[in-house]
Amino acid sequence: MLLYALRRLLLAVPLLIGITFISFLVIHLAPGDPTEFQQADPSTESSAQARQLLRELYELDKPLHVQYWNWLTRIVRLDFGRSFAPDARPVIDKIGEALQITLILNLIELLIIVSFAVPIGVLSATRQYSLFDKVTTVFVFVGFATPDFWLALLLMMLFGVQLGWLPISQLHSANWEYLSFWKRYLDLASHLVLPVVVATFGGLAGLSRYMRQSMLEVVRQDYIQVARAKGLAENVVVHKHALRNALLPIVTILALSLPGLIGGSVIVEQIFAIPGMGRLMVQAVFARDYPVIMGNLVIVATLTLAANLIADIVYGLVDPRIRLAGRRRT
Amino acid sequence: MHAFWRSLARNRLAIAGGVVVVCLVAAALLAPALAPWDPHRPSIKQALAAPSAAHPLGTDQLGRDVLSRMLYGARVSLAVGFVSVGIATIVGLILGSLAGYHGGTVDAVVMRFVDLMLVFPSFFLLLAVLAFLRPSIWTIMAVIGLTSWMRVARLVRAEFLTLKEREFVIWSHAIGASTLRIIWRHILPNAIAPVLVAMTLGIPAAILTESGLSFLGLGVQPPHASWGNILNEGKDAIEIAWWLSFYPGLAILVTVLSYNLLGEGIRDALDPRLRQRGR
Repeated sequence: MLLYALRRLLLAVPLLIGITFISFLVIHLAPGDPTEFQQADPSTESSAQARQLLRELYELDKPLHVQYWNWLTRIVRLDFGRSFAPDARPVIDKIGEALQITLILNLIELLIIVSFAVPIGVLSATRQYSLFDKVTTVFVFVGFATPDFWLALLLMMLFGVQLGWLPISQLHSANWEYLSFWKRYLDLASHLVLPVVVATFGGLAGLSRYMRQSMLEVVRQDYIQVARAKGLAENVVVHKHALRNALLPIVTILALSLPGLIGGSVIVEQIFAIPGMGRLMVQAVFARDYPVIMGNLVIVATLTLAANLIADIVYGLVDPRIRLAGRRRT
Repeated sequence: MHAFWRSLARNRLAIAGGVVVVCLVAAALLAPALAPWDPHRPSIKQALAAPSAAHPLGTDQLGRDVLSRMLYGARVSLAVGFVSVGIATIVGLILGSLAGYHGGTVDAVVMRFVDLMLVFPSFFLLLAVLAFLRPSIWTIMAVIGLTSWMRVARLVRAEFLTLKEREFVIWSHAIGASTLRIIWRHILPNAIAPVLVAMTLGIPAAILTESGLSFLGLGVQPPHASWGNILNEGKDAIEIAWWLSFYPGLAILVTVLSYNLLGEGIRDALDPRLRQRGR
């Protein structure tokens, strides 16, 4: 097992270097001089200033490999430079604050997605073609096709504007400072309802579909037939024999869905004015705050890589076939 | 081929999806004829008018007709869908066939590159790239295409891995056919089915991405209409003008849903085995 984990870890190293390389390339993607700003930019004065800052920060006058090496040695120390915004704070501080919020949000979303998608998937697989199965299939297709920003706007209109039940922006009310301890939590929770519902909607559809498929495949296996043949209660067969095996591929799928979830937080955070990574990124793009953009890109990709790595290792832990197969191959 | 059409015709949902897609393409092409109003002409007196006989889907902040803007927006969505999927397919085909045909080091390098691209949450990568470029419909198409070819590359590689061991390929080697000819004439035509499915399912994904970017204000720029940027305007008026948010979003939902139904139908009709592989 340790060997398997180590091999996975080694495979991740070139990817990590690749992340920094691609991010570095992005700076040079723009046609001509990357510091040439759009002519349409209304704030020519500030953009001239930004241009100068960018040139200094990434040492754009030096040869490419020197630029890359210097950049790499700085980001290894988590030094992404200072924001171009007027506050000029270190980028890593800004990201640190935003990251906490995005991580907590994504964790809540994942928990909700898993705890709903697994039972939904199991139920529609064990009752294939039942009314429940058909209704969830419709839900899945609609869920895949619903733009999250549209769902957000509809919910804001209904629950925020028409009914006035829920707040539609930010994480706290204006009077948060003056609330009692428990009221604060209630306040936070009420602010989280709509963003979390929007963010989980698409993921829920996807995962329940996978769960259904995985369950349908497992139920066809011989050992399920055997379990039934030896007279076990259907309940035991489904929950003990089938479910455990059907859950295995879900681990990987969860990890693979992570970039999507984090990517999705861009729109949700922007709509609901939640100060997480997504909003930080959008604001940085609008302000052409390049150090923040680059820092965001590297950190988000690295986190996704780490999550994939953890999923791989967990998969190896729960399913011996995976880690043994890997051993035979090499 | 005959079996394919028969199987597809039996799938009522896929047919419904196909019909909607055809109608959408027609509506987009005929937008200038169908649109009751000039999509760019403001009329301040009519600003934020509720749906009525004159303006079936209401008007926006500048009094422009929402229905007309949506018809023109359909052109943007479909164009972005087709072109970016075209780009993704070409890149995916080239890299996938290189990896699958040559195997070994080439395969390892290409597949690591695929892994690498998949590690980036695509929205962050898109935003980062767009921060350096001037946002226009062409940049959007290129950027979406160049960040979504990985799926096609994987599919093509997998097909090549099995196909290159088959007799007809080995025999074409034996009679001295060139590598390019073997790939182009012998392997690719046999590997095209899953690519076709991936393309049909890629279009709605690209449409969703474009509308998301336009919604954020980083996609198609006003005054050009796109479903995403009409929604962006709708966001500022949710308290007074529900129609401005409701209809463009509904259009996106119906379009994406139809493409997905059609794509799944094509997949099932082409090869029932593909159904098992999941989405």
